[in-house]
Amino acid sequence: MHRIKCPFCGERDEAEFVYQGDASVSHPPLGASTDDFYRYVYVRDNPKGWHREWWHHVGGCRMWVQVARNTLTHEIYATAPPFKRLDFPEGA
Amino acid sequence: MRYSLFSIFAQGIRGNKSWRPVWRDPSPKSHYDIIIIGGGGHGLSTAYYLAKLHKRSNIAVLEKGWLGSGNVGRNTTIIRSNYMLPPNTHFYEHSMKLWEGLEKDLNFNAMVSQRGIVNLFHSDVQRDEFARRGNAMRLAGVDAELLDAKQVKQLIPIIDIDNARFPIEGGLLQPRAGTARHDAVAWGYARGADALGVDIVQNCEVVGLDIEGSSVRGVHTNRGDIRAERIGIAVAGHTSVLARMAGIALPVESHLLQAFVSEGIKPMLNTVVTFGAGHFYASQSNKGGLVFGGDLDRYNSYAQRGNLPTAQGVLTEGVAVMPPIARLRLLRQWGGVMDMSFDGSPFICKTPINGLYLNGGWCYGGFKATPASGWCFAHTIANDETHELNAHFTIDRFKQGKTIDEKGAGPFPWAQ
Repeated sequence: MHRIKCPFCGERDEAEFVYQGDASVSHPPLGASTDDFYRYVYVRDNPKGWHREWWHHVGGCRMWVQVARNTLTHEIYATAPPFKRLDFPEGA
Repeated sequence: MRYSLFSIFAQGIRGNKSWRPVWRDPSPKSHYDIIIIGGGGHGLSTAYYLAKLHKRSNIAVLEKGWLGSGNVGRNTTIIRSNYMLPPNTHFYEHSMKLWEGLEKDLNFNAMVSQRGIVNLFHSDVQRDEFARRGNAMRLAGVDAELLDAKQVKQLIPIIDIDNARFPIEGGLLQPRAGTARHDAVAWGYARGADALGVDIVQNCEVVGLDIEGSSVRGVHTNRGDIRAERIGIAVAGHTSVLARMAGIALPVESHLLQAFVSEGIKPMLNTVVTFGAGHFYASQSNKGGLVFGGDLDRYNSYAQRGNLPTAQGVLTEGVAVMPPIARLRLLRQWGGVMDMSFDGSPFICKTPINGLYLNGGWCYGGFKATPASGWCFAHTIANDETHELNAHFTIDRFKQGKTIDEKGAGPFPWAQ
């Protein structure tokens, strides 16, 4: 069971959030190649360990939140608003 | 030893004292012609068909834990071929046919039970959609029947036809679908492969791939380096981890899927049934427990254990379909790591590295595919080219816009 600290609402139950996937990918420029768009839409690092991801606080403030979460232990290290710095454990 | 009524009887009168282990526990050799990474259902069936149908020898299956410790023992045991898109329909139907002859072929009781599957529908629109899928199946030679509410009630008396929120209008039945005892499938293939000379090496984790130029040369393991000309990856949830060792980035995310077993009760459900207004599927095991599951936990995970919000969701849906199960107690719950691809369909293909082959992206569908997956993967490895049954299950299909998105869910693995 995750408890996610929403930067706007405080610590809330996972059930209030909807997962929105890997937050480390970003939209390529419009003139980018097919390969770039392929990587953006489909290819993921899928790490076994620390992962930067989006959670949408649908049952709360409706903001998207960046979360640093471990995919093996389900530990959450930090959260951050969009476009702000997100901290990871040292070495991650 | 060949199993038969006579062998059981003969062992019985001797006090069952002379049964022998049915596969060896060899140490890895320094060289094999073919290495399969992953000793689960798909890896073992691949090795079996390589040895049996393609007459290959000097094959090893490397398993990091114990044989069949992954998803082959972590599923809800359902086998079926009720798919609509042609590549899936033909592939899973081939699997269904292999299931039908599996026990005879392996001389092993996998308890394959063709008790049928009913996909319930709850609206006119959903009925039309299911009728379309049923028609697609029948055109491909797969059995399918559209049932109305009365026929469904007759077949499955326990379900609540008049559910206030999602009344049941009928169901799509595939009579030849059913269940199989999942552990026995792994054991049967392991026994068959071992008898044909395949080395099944347990507690042997691959930690790196030896790649020279664009060709694979061998693997690094915790039990030493092993050379091989051809290497097949069949590691389910850890597909991305292994592919990364070869420098290949895949359209795959690892997600968590839970399954549940209730306490044993008298027979109440004699088919496999799925809820159409959510995601819930259930059958009753021969021991009497209800075996059921639902959606993914819907976040990336390698944890092999599920969380409670999803468990609650699955149980709620179960009670909506079959209200009496609210009074049952859960006996066991477990989680497996699914290699979710971005269109819900698998990979059985060559990779950009010569001699390295990929079997993965199985999403929810791994168990039912076990025989055909091994069959096609063995063909691909033995001939260094795909069979027409798995010709569409490539990595390139995403870049070419040829995704096989059965559900139409778009590029969101957790929504497949």
